[in-house]
Amino acid sequence: METILDAFWQAGRLIVAADPALIAITLLSLRVTLTAVVIAALIGMPLGAFLAVKRFRWRRSIIAVLNGLMGLPPVVVGLFLYLMLSRMGPLGALGLLFSPSAMIIAQVIIITPIIASLSYQAFRELWAEYRDLLLSLRATRSQQIATLIWDGRRALLTIGLTGFGRAIGEVGAIIIVGGNIEGVTRVLTTAITLETARGDFALALALGIILLMLAIGLSLALHTLARTEREGRW
Amino acid sequence: MSSILPLSLRKVSLSRGGKRILGPIDFELGGRGLSVVIGPNGAGKSTLLRLMHGLERPSEGALAWAVPLKNARKAQAFVFQSPVMLRRSLVENLAFPLRLSGRPRTEAAKVAMDWAARLGLSGQGDQPAWQLSRGERQKLALARALITEPEILFLDEPTASLDGHATREIEALLGVARDRGMRIVLATHDMGQARRLADEVVFLLGGSLHETGPAKAFFHGPQTAAAAAFLRGDIVT
Ligand SMILES: Nc1ncnc2c1ncn2[C@@H]1O[C@H](COP(=O)(O)OP(=O)(O)OP(=O)(O)O)[C@@H](O)[C@H]1O
Ligand SMILES: [Mg+2]
Repeated sequence: METILDAFWQAGRLIVAADPALIAITLLSLRVTLTAVVIAALIGMPLGAFLAVKRFRWRRSIIAVLNGLMGLPPVVVGLFLYLMLSRMGPLGALGLLFSPSAMIIAQVIIITPIIASLSYQAFRELWAEYRDLLLSLRATRSQQIATLIWDGRRALLTIGLTGFGRAIGEVGAIIIVGGNIEGVTRVLTTAITLETARGDFALALALGIILLMLAIGLSLALHTLARTEREGRW
Repeated sequence: MSSILPLSLRKVSLSRGGKRILGPIDFELGGRGLSVVIGPNGAGKSTLLRLMHGLERPSEGALAWAVPLKNARKAQAFVFQSPVMLRRSLVENLAFPLRLSGRPRTEAAKVAMDWAARLGLSGQGDQPAWQLSRGERQKLALARALITEPEILFLDEPTASLDGHATREIEALLGVARDRGMRIVLATHDMGQARRLADEVVFLLGGSLHETGPAKAFFHGPQTAAAAAFLRGDIVT
């Protein structure tokens, strides 16, 4: 009990003192995950819109696969990406293993299917509503997609935040391809894993508290968004 | 630019799930006036309008405009029975078709504002479209169709579930458009409206074109027993 209270005390001090190592780790976490969310959104959202507006041969299969990939185990993604990026792997020449870029790629792989699937679901409803009008006004395929994206922007923001939440708390994949190197690839989740194993509970807790605050802030943002969406303010 | 009319339908039919729901129909839609499409529920009024507008593809037969289809497509507009409101403001809804056809934002907004004024809705320009009343929404949908100045306008029961005042406003807008030379095809259940507006009547029954002709002649002396019964208000199927 004493150790736990002491750990909380120390953790509080680290945060209040804005410990440089703590700050660096937090900033890297944010940088990696925000980049991954932006990339995944740029791929997943137009893909979701395309799947909603265009009927083609493999459409149903692609949707089913994307749905399945939503539950992709991060450790497996990490392992797969490790093999691709390691020196003997097909992408080894890029020299990306144990870099933040490798971690970004891992997170993109994990959250793109989530963002694409959720976007598809949101767009499918909107398309059912808009279809006749857009066809009547002879909107081109890209105008149709642009209209869905713009008018669905609230839902998309929510989806982006969901992706962010999933990626920021993920550890299995990035610890494998990032290597948890201090000052280079150490982020909140991998640092917590390490410090806990080492028995440095104060630092682990401080990191955990920051992660928790990010998660709660995120959930508050989602909540507020959902409310403004219901009230139809936009 | 040469007119996209007449539109001719040659043995056009539409089947869904192996069942023929419309046709075969042979019909020529001429160059002038307002045609009213009438008939009981399920007669195929909406389906015929959607086919002509290109929202449905015929299972058999062919439709041909006087010009190649790609030139005819943009010269049409459609007003749906339940208006589709984009999740945008009233003015943005009005400006939307203009923006799609590449008009600059400020110019589109100005034209949209003028139309909002003509609808008597200047005050609600910034209001989300779905907050408007049913009648206001239907007026907005009509204005959004008129704003591109189509050569032909299709309307599917635009005044169903509107009260007398809102109906009169819609009919007034249609009257102005018709007098300016717009070709109009209107499906309706409202026989009073059909008599008020029609130059030509298209009477559908069970998916077939049962009788068609000039409005005056049709309302005074329908040629078929079914049309006479329908006008009397008898139940025909
Ligand atoms: N997608 C569809 N699949 C199967 N049947 C359909 C479909 N759309 C319409 N139908 C059928 O086609 C027939 C004609 O329908 P349509 O909506 O054109 O009639 P309508 O004259 O507009 O009727 P209402 O007066 O009720 O609007 C109906 O029997 C309807 O059940
Ligand atoms: Mg109908």
